Amino acid sequence: MQKIGVFVCHCGTNIAATVDVEQVAQALGKEPGVVMAVHYQYMCSQSGQDMIKDAIKEKGLTGVVICSCSPRMHEATFRKAAASVGMNPFMVEIANIREQCSWIHKDRQEATQKAIALGRAAIAKVHLNAPLTAGETPVAKKALVIGGGIAGIQAALDIAEAGFEVDIVEKEPTIGGKMTQLDKTFPTLDCAACILTPKMVECAQNDKIHILSYSEVTKVKGFVGNFDVTIRRKARYVNEDKCTGCGLCTQKCPQKKIPNAFNLNMDMRRAIYIPFAQAVPKVATIDPDHCKMLTSGKCGLCATVCTAGAIDYKQKDKFIEQKYGAIVVATGFNPIKADAFNELGYNQSKDVVTSLEYERLMNAAGPTDGTLLRPSDGKHPKTIVFVQCVGSRDTTCRGKEYCSKICCMYTAKHAMLTREKYPDTDVYVFYIDVRTPGKGFDEFYRRAVEQYGVHYIKGQVGKVSPLSDGTLEVQASDLLMDEQLKIKADMVVLAVAMEADKTARPLATMLTASMDTNDFFTEAHPKLRPVESPTAGIFLAGACQGPKDIPDTVAQAGAAASKVIGLLVKNNLKGNPCVAHCNENMCNGCSSCEHVCAYGAITYVAKEFKMPDRTIAIRRVAQVNPAVCQGCGACTVTCPSGAMDLQGFSNREIMAEVDAICL
Amino acid sequence: MEYSYFPGCTLKNKAQELDTCGRISAEALGFHLEEIPEWQCCGGTYPLAEDEIATKLASVRALAAARDAGHDLLTLCSACFNVIKQVNEDMKHDKDICFRANNYLKLDEPYTGTVQVVHFLQVLRDTIGWDTVRQAVKEPLSGLKIGAYYGCLLLRPSKVMQFDDPEDPTIMEDFIKALGAEPIIYSLRNECCGAYLTLENKEIAQRRSGKVLESAQDMGVDFLITACPLCQYNLTQNALSKQTPVYYFTLLLAHALGLKEMKGVSTNG
Amino acid sequence: MDDPKKMKAQIEDISHVDVRKCMRCGKCSATCPNYDDMEYHPHQFVCMVEKGEIRKLMDSNSIYTCLSCFACIERCPRQVEPAKLIEATRLMVERERGANHLKPDMIVQKLDDQLPQQALASAFRKYTK
Repeated sequence: MQKIGVFVCHCGTNIAATVDVEQVAQALGKEPGVVMAVHYQYMCSQSGQDMIKDAIKEKGLTGVVICSCSPRMHEATFRKAAASVGMNPFMVEIANIREQCSWIHKDRQEATQKAIALGRAAIAKVHLNAPLTAGETPVAKKALVIGGGIAGIQAALDIAEAGFEVDIVEKEPTIGGKMTQLDKTFPTLDCAACILTPKMVECAQNDKIHILSYSEVTKVKGFVGNFDVTIRRKARYVNEDKCTGCGLCTQKCPQKKIPNAFNLNMDMRRAIYIPFAQAVPKVATIDPDHCKMLTSGKCGLCATVCTAGAIDYKQKDKFIEQKYGAIVVATGFNPIKADAFNELGYNQSKDVVTSLEYERLMNAAGPTDGTLLRPSDGKHPKTIVFVQCVGSRDTTCRGKEYCSKICCMYTAKHAMLTREKYPDTDVYVFYIDVRTPGKGFDEFYRRAVEQYGVHYIKGQVGKVSPLSDGTLEVQASDLLMDEQLKIKADMVVLAVAMEADKTARPLATMLTASMDTNDFFTEAHPKLRPVESPTAGIFLAGACQGPKDIPDTVAQAGAAASKVIGLLVKNNLKGNPCVAHCNENMCNGCSSCEHVCAYGAITYVAKEFKMPDRTIAIRRVAQVNPAVCQGCGACTVTCPSGAMDLQGFSNREIMAEVDAICL
Repeated sequence: MEYSYFPGCTLKNKAQELDTCGRISAEALGFHLEEIPEWQCCGGTYPLAEDEIATKLASVRALAAARDAGHDLLTLCSACFNVIKQVNEDMKHDKDICFRANNYLKLDEPYTGTVQVVHFLQVLRDTIGWDTVRQAVKEPLSGLKIGAYYGCLLLRPSKVMQFDDPEDPTIMEDFIKALGAEPIIYSLRNECCGAYLTLENKEIAQRRSGKVLESAQDMGVDFLITACPLCQYNLTQNALSKQTPVYYFTLLLAHALGLKEMKGVSTNG
Repeated sequence: MDDPKKMKAQIEDISHVDVRKCMRCGKCSATCPNYDDMEYHPHQFVCMVEKGEIRKLMDSNSIYTCLSCFACIERCPRQVEPAKLIEATRLMVERERGANHLKPDMIVQKLDDQLPQQALASAFRKYTK
């Protein structure tokens, strides 16, 4: 028989206002095996914990039940306290009488009865509890960063700085991400490339960092400290080790008319290309959909001109497997498609562009070499209308319900830069609210208005009509003047919403990391654990977790890196002892458990068994790898013969709890 | 192939051309329009009040008749299409409206929104196919610059109408292309002509249709086509300055199929 | 005396529009083709219903000049459906007065021989109870 101590917490008035804690302690004190039952104002306080420790020592308790808040809150606290005086921490059980009782009930009498029932269940479980010991697993001292934008780059640099190996997997031919396409950055207006490319080069030169560009993660197995990851290295038909990045092939390739994705298809590139001058790695890539040699076997010009002999038309996708201790997800964002908002004329006129397209039109390396020219006729636009919140804060099927956060600032930037470069241009910004909560942000927006004379108008644009003379009639609300305006514009710029990259959802499935309905990764706690996924060993950086600007992204990437470093410095990780266990005598070898296990923790082995007639039989039985098992319990409910059981949550323990409540 | 056909009030009177040309073109393309017996006027505009039921009953009767015949319900007039389709949606998804309408009508079998409401153009696009239409054309309209006027009722609310992209529709342009002419895109092709305000406040309707015409003329159309008698009226009768002919799309179709002479249209291709 | 709360509830009953969904972006009024011919504009219907200033709307010509073209409904990013509020306000007038904005004897002078029946059907639905 266990000797159990029961401790009922008031949690100030959180519990005591609704539950008669004294009555709970009295009732539970009469349960079999309970040698003491007390109540106290704050069990989690130092003196509350001391009370538990003293009782264990003085009364020789073998089990403890604490009636308090959710085990997610303080189970670890109380188990640690018990362990400090020599009790196995798994002999401590929590009865949740706050979240699941006092907070949700009004009737004091009924709540008190329920608290007693919950306490009884916990006592019943402790009677069947056995001490458990967690195993230890070694930590692979290497990190994987998925996504090579500014978030991934920063995280990789910080992890490498601490002395750990890092692989960056990037799906594009070069790292750098969206920031490579930006012209200037707010609120300082420094050139994006000038601050980004040194970091890209630093990645390439750091011998701890390995850039796997033009690659994708295809499979993830394992668990925190021991992830086994399969990476597809897409065939770029160019030997990365031989290519010198001289670019001769990209000038000689006869396939000239391929829309250049880097410039958002506003100009053309060749079938063999280097996305931009500062690409890292600076290696050519062949676009297999457009290369004549690859599609029809006729050409081969690039191989002829390449003095390094780097072209390899026979190259195939390669799959490599790597072991990592931690993974940083930094898959980033994309602007949503503007064609869903055709009242704004995106499909009808080339002069209606998205903000990212405008960014390229302003950039010296863009399709117009940095001179602002209208895409339709190459003339300098005299009147430009910016439309904010296109698809953001939009609850219809064509938009996103959230605020995309960065559009107010980059629109102010575009407006300001336009007025600075071309003071003869009239610039209008239609806004719903101007949101500038960041250091120096509101000052920046006010500068656009006060110093640069940008016309900010509160209201939305309802219709953009392309006219035959090449201008755009913009029909919009001026809510403060209570007018409907009609502005004749030369260009319209749409600040379209941002959305999570489309690779994020399948990746989350591979990682068993949770996402919200907008396909942004969810953090373990929105305030207190903002850079961790609820899945252990998975960390989040940048816009994959929600809309974010560059300063926030870099800060988050640094924070994620520090979490990774904190993990990688450990040699071993304590596992969770509450894992599945197979009773081999009952196992019938059906493999059901193996099929439902999401973590690949179950394998089957052939084992010899002595039969009652003294013969030896060989049977296939399940075996659980306790280091991989996450204790989810899927196998225990699937097993038809009841051979699988979860330690710490055995079928007997759970039934005892149910009986205690129901009988 | 047979459809239960709801002609609507105007197609029996002022817009007979929309009706007759639609019927003969359908036969030529291999489908038949079977007029619903004793149909009643849909009311012309969808009743937006959620607490009204009587104004929706005519549509429900027509829908139930199509259900009894085992057909989809087809319309030519944009307004009928809009009203009946929206009422059908109510019958499908609004339990309260469905209950009250059935309670009123006392049909042999209650109606629950099971019929598909289709517009003639959708049949051409989704069932007959533009290729078949193209092959059936005897008098290609090559050289003509034709603007499609959608107005509001075919497209909106798009969540219910499911007709085409409400802001960048292509169905009438594809229709024009299939007949061998060049479709002209102009911005106000999906904006309102002034609708029923023409009766009450002619000046407003004139301003609205004037804007639409300006937009079309600016892009250089030879003429416009429409599926709505009220649009046709507003755009032709209310045009203040420069006139642009506006024809029913079925007339254009019948003409291209060699079924009907079309005055004032000469092809130069 | 008007009871604004009661009138607001009535409007919400007829229209099933939740005015609190509006985020004041003004897209309805930006897109309204009849803006210049209305005294109160679509976004004001939403704001004024929310404030209970329904009598002003009922007294305005705007309830007879909405085209019911569904542009505001289609393009509203928050699914507010302003046109339904305008319709509901007009119905409040028609139902309260027990009279119709359009009387059959007014029709004759408005007819011309091209006018489609549809115009009459629509106008009667819009202007009468």
